[in-house]
Amino acid sequence: MNDDRGNEHPEAAARPDAETRPAARAISVGAVLRNGRPAESGASPSLIFDVQGLRAFYGSFQAVADTTMQIREHEITALIGPSGCGKTTVLRCFNRMNDLIETARVEGVVRYHGVDIYGEKVDPVEVRRRIGMVFQKPNPFPKSIYDNIAFGPRIAGFKGNLDDLVEESLTRAALWDEVKDKLKQSAYALSGGQQQRLCIARAIATSPDVLLMDEPCASLDPIATLRIEELMIELKRDYSIIIVTHNMQQAARVSDRTAFFTVDVKETGMRTGRLVEFDATEVIFTRPHQKQTEDYITGRFG
Amino acid sequence: MTAPAVPRTEDLVGQSIQGRRVGFGDIAFPAALLLALLFALLFLSTLLVDVFVRAWDALAGRGFSVVTNPLSLNAETAGLWQSIMGSLALTAVVAVLAFPIGVGAAVYLEEYASDNRFTRFINTNIRNLAGVPSIVYGILGFTIFVRFVNATGAGGGVGGKNLLAGGLTLAALVLPIVIITTAEALRAVPAAIREAGFGVGATRWEVIRYHVVPYAAPGILTGTVLTLARAFGETAPLLLVGAATGFFSVGAAGPLDKITGPYTALPVTIFSWARQPGADFRSLTAAAIVVLLAVMLTANAAAIILRNRFERKW
Repeated sequence: MNDDRGNEHPEAAARPDAETRPAARAISVGAVLRNGRPAESGASPSLIFDVQGLRAFYGSFQAVADTTMQIREHEITALIGPSGCGKTTVLRCFNRMNDLIETARVEGVVRYHGVDIYGEKVDPVEVRRRIGMVFQKPNPFPKSIYDNIAFGPRIAGFKGNLDDLVEESLTRAALWDEVKDKLKQSAYALSGGQQQRLCIARAIATSPDVLLMDEPCASLDPIATLRIEELMIELKRDYSIIIVTHNMQQAARVSDRTAFFTVDVKETGMRTGRLVEFDATEVIFTRPHQKQTEDYITGRFG
Repeated sequence: MTAPAVPRTEDLVGQSIQGRRVGFGDIAFPAALLLALLFALLFLSTLLVDVFVRAWDALAGRGFSVVTNPLSLNAETAGLWQSIMGSLALTAVVAVLAFPIGVGAAVYLEEYASDNRFTRFINTNIRNLAGVPSIVYGILGFTIFVRFVNATGAGGGVGGKNLLAGGLTLAALVLPIVIITTAEALRAVPAAIREAGFGVGATRWEVIRYHVVPYAAPGILTGTVLTLARAFGETAPLLLVGAATGFFSVGAAGPLDKITGPYTALPVTIFSWARQPGADFRSLTAAAIVVLLAVMLTANAAAIILRNRFERKW
């Protein structure tokens, strides 16, 4: 096993079979290689995910083509791209959420701190305890605000003071002041933005290492969106965050690095997502290396 | 000079959105629906009025003794006490058997079994089983459950044709319905709730135990109570597995003997009383029907109250 090499040698991305890939794909791999490396020497954050040749399928339908990318600790990584480009699928590969879809199948390697989370001995439940998730639509449990937060720690066998943990989680999610007097009330009584912050609080209550966010602001108004964005920047001190977003301004505002995905339509009608470019957010939005990226971020897409 | 009058916009718009166009279908369709509803209500009310009128003699003349007296061949004193107790005991046996097995089977089918040809085959056949006539279950009970109960030594003095065999038979009869209604309640649980559970690191069991089943509980409960009502009113299979159609008295028999000994049930008593000659028994039969309906209504009302308690809206 060479599970540790992802951490020490990011250039391991240069897989031996890289040359044998079709030209179009080699370009994207090249882009990744260029930028996957810690560009600036010195204080480069260490890797949290090292994705090698990830492919995702639903039945015989390939949703995501060969994706290779490296995600760093304490950064916000944004996945952007048009609908159907597989960015949500990629996100759900990071905590094995796709396991829940019966026909879903994932190939390739997703190393989390050097360990392939698709390895044979890996328990997906343990993976999800370390890699929390916030969904597109706020999905609180039909229970009290308190129980929403307490559920994760309880099943994880949390031994400390649950009241304190609930307060801490809600405070970190910038919701405590609004709900501290109604913890026993239904989570459904909260507004959409509050519900989404509750879901973030629920996700951080189990003290995960990474937060995956699937369009967390899609159903929120601009004010609620702003609060969540501020929250993300707050949280990245302690967590690594990967966010899928349709909102390019949001990606530009909050993320450190941005991955741009697009969708290739085959003659058979199969629509497969593909990573086009992955780089520092500033580079993606000001001087992207790929024309496709430029077309997309300047609104000339399609 | 006389330029063609330009129609004003508001006149045009007014013409196009004002005035109701009522077609034939707008009147005929709701009328037909209302007629169908009234027809159904007519049957129900006729049935109820007829039963109550017939039952009046017995109920008014005898009062509560119709309910509290033991069974008897004498129309003057005959009552329904054993039948009511027998029916309640049968329903209890059905609930104890069919509820856990049915809910368990449904949870397995919906939550654990993978969706392949085999499980689809099973699902289809559970639906078919729910449509099998009840007399067929009676024959199943007669050939299997009666012998089974007898073989376990709980046959009592009736060779296994007792409450246990009857309960087993009715449980088999309603089991498919319990499974179907439970499966439907589980399917109605939003995927977002499951994802939320898995997302915070819950195991499949924890997601089912703490989120899926509680969410589906009101639906499961309602379905189960409806199936129990069905079991409560079932007659045909019980005739085959020994519910006495004649008269008997368990007298001073101990509790165990009551379970393993002869038994009867309300619908079976109605069936047997209906075959007795004489105006007295005709009225008694109607009174028994009134009692059956009253017990079922009470049970359903209790179920609704119970469900509303569970259905604490979040």
